[in-house]
Amino acid sequence: MAVASTIIYDYLRGKKKFPHVWCPGCGIGITMGALLRAFADLEIDKNDVVMVSGIGCTGRMPVYCDFHTLHTTHGRAIAFATGAKIAKPNMKVIAVCGDGDGLAIGGNHFIHAARRNIDMTVVLVNNKIYGMTGGQYSPTTPHTKLGSTAPHGNVEHPFDVYELTKGAGATYFARGTVYHATLLQSLMKKALSKKGFSVVEVMSNCHTLYGRLNREGSAVKMIEWMKENAVNIKAASRKTPEELEGKVLIGEMLDIERPEYCEQYEALIDQLGGRPKDKPEAEESPEPEEIKK
Amino acid sequence: MKEFIEGSMAVARGVAVCRPHVVSAYPITPQTHIVEHLSEMVADGDLDSQFINVESEFGAASVVLGAAAAGGRSYSATTSQGLLLMGEVLFNIAGLRLPISITVANRAVSAPINIWNDHSDAMVFRDAGWIMLFAEDNQEVHDMQIQAYKIGENPEIMLPVLVNMDGFILTHAYETVETISQKEADDFLPPFKPEYYLDVNKPITMGVLGDPNYYLETRYSLQEAIDESRDVVKQVAREFKEKFGRWYGDLIDTYRTEDADTVFVAMGSLVGTIKDTVDELRDKGEKVGLLKIRCYRPWPGEEVVESLKNIDNVIVLEKAVSLGASGMMADEIKASLFDTPHRPKISNFFIGLGGRDIPKESLIKVYNQVKEKPQYNQFVDLKPELLEYPS
Repeated sequence: MAVASTIIYDYLRGKKKFPHVWCPGCGIGITMGALLRAFADLEIDKNDVVMVSGIGCTGRMPVYCDFHTLHTTHGRAIAFATGAKIAKPNMKVIAVCGDGDGLAIGGNHFIHAARRNIDMTVVLVNNKIYGMTGGQYSPTTPHTKLGSTAPHGNVEHPFDVYELTKGAGATYFARGTVYHATLLQSLMKKALSKKGFSVVEVMSNCHTLYGRLNREGSAVKMIEWMKENAVNIKAASRKTPEELEGKVLIGEMLDIERPEYCEQYEALIDQLGGRPKDKPEAEESPEPEEIKK
Repeated sequence: MKEFIEGSMAVARGVAVCRPHVVSAYPITPQTHIVEHLSEMVADGDLDSQFINVESEFGAASVVLGAAAAGGRSYSATTSQGLLLMGEVLFNIAGLRLPISITVANRAVSAPINIWNDHSDAMVFRDAGWIMLFAEDNQEVHDMQIQAYKIGENPEIMLPVLVNMDGFILTHAYETVETISQKEADDFLPPFKPEYYLDVNKPITMGVLGDPNYYLETRYSLQEAIDESRDVVKQVAREFKEKFGRWYGDLIDTYRTEDADTVFVAMGSLVGTIKDTVDELRDKGEKVGLLKIRCYRPWPGEEVVESLKNIDNVIVLEKAVSLGASGMMADEIKASLFDTPHRPKISNFFIGLGGRDIPKESLIKVYNQVKEKPQYNQFVDLKPELLEYPS
């Protein structure tokens, strides 16, 4: 683990943008810390990184991180990030989203970026609710749980983000929690090193809204629940389905190889004779008048 | 019943007594409280509606379109980016002649991100075929919900209505509101019975291709209907006054304009601040009044001309800019006056953008500037120091 103070000076807009807006005890700070330590461990220059976000509690993260940052419209982080990546394929592109931002209004962008397998890392902070707007149920709010738009329980069923990511065609998926901060850091390191569309789902706590509405207690209590109920995928195979009932599986769940979008795109250009600037001078091509004739 | 409630609750109560069959929305500040209140009413069994919390505003607008196409009275609320995201569907709703009502908690649009009030969001849709009403206070916005359905569902009109209220300034303000009871509402607003809707027993097709042989006529009919809706907006305002005793103007309203030489023109909650400013200026002997635009679409051209016929100076205050042109409302006022014998001087200002506070002093400053000479496209309370590029 890199020295904390170095990270703060290297990767955070410490003097300009703090204090942050997140509620005391919010897991997004732990998530951001794990992400920045992963960058530090990999010795990635902050000037080689583009961090993109939409709107929401997690969407505030690029305000505090001293990368190239693009804070965009709600739900569109991955679409904007796709543009950044295809324009600058050598940049390390990460999109940070929440569950509402990334999977509801931005769900379409999520699955299509995964299908393309474009090289980027999505950090998806899942706190099971729309935090910033006041606790409306989201696409990851469990069935029957309460939200401000579901005062008697959610009638809908949540996404399984792993199955969704895998089905859509991504090449890397890992899930961590904000309790398992060091594991989270190593999962992020792996995701950042992966060539292709990689997703790290971070199980986080919104004690302010989700916890209060569902009587799950304080930040500490919610994070303790993660400690007690997270099961590493490696250990899960030794357990019975009954033992795994109600548990959260964490760890690396998908790591496969598929051709990456930017590389495929470049390969196609090469196959067709290269970019215009690589081609011989224009005198070989016919003059417009000749074409007319 | 008199109740001390939040603006969002005033809207929710106003919508609930209209008995909407379907309510669908997506959370966005400062609208969210409206649909939260409605979702609670539905969940508690106080409102017999289907409430659907969808995955985006695009989804919300599409759901209410579908519900209205199936013959249901349907409702949504949004603001700013959410309204922009609804854009494609809003044009479709108007084109399909579905009398949906959507409340907009008016807010600035990105970039930069700003959650505070102005009218940049709604003004984008002035050409979409929607009737656009702007409320001055929470009583008016409560009463406007039922008026919106009554106007839009008129068989001669069949158009959707955007009910605009200023975000935070109204949505989050607590005021005493005389709420409409269910019985009063049922007496005023008949059940929604559209002539055409999706019905398996009497199948029709909606949203077909309008090729060059047909499309032009659909636009003509839309224009004709929204033109005719002027009379319906007026008639509904009159009927409302007869039944409930409350009056906010119809297409427009005027305040202390009888002997005025100068009038302010504005929409929304700013009207309240202007009324206080007018009173203050009147006390000092200034002959000043107010023209409130209550219905922006259809544009009340004739009424505007009539109310300005004895005025020398008009001060148009707008919370949106037509970037690259001018003030949208100022331009329309000028256009309305062009063919009339009396043409007052029209000054126009942009004010309160992105939630910049509008104190009375700013309005008095504006008034004094105009008294000296007419002003064009001025931004009120601009901070020149913020325009310097940081070194």
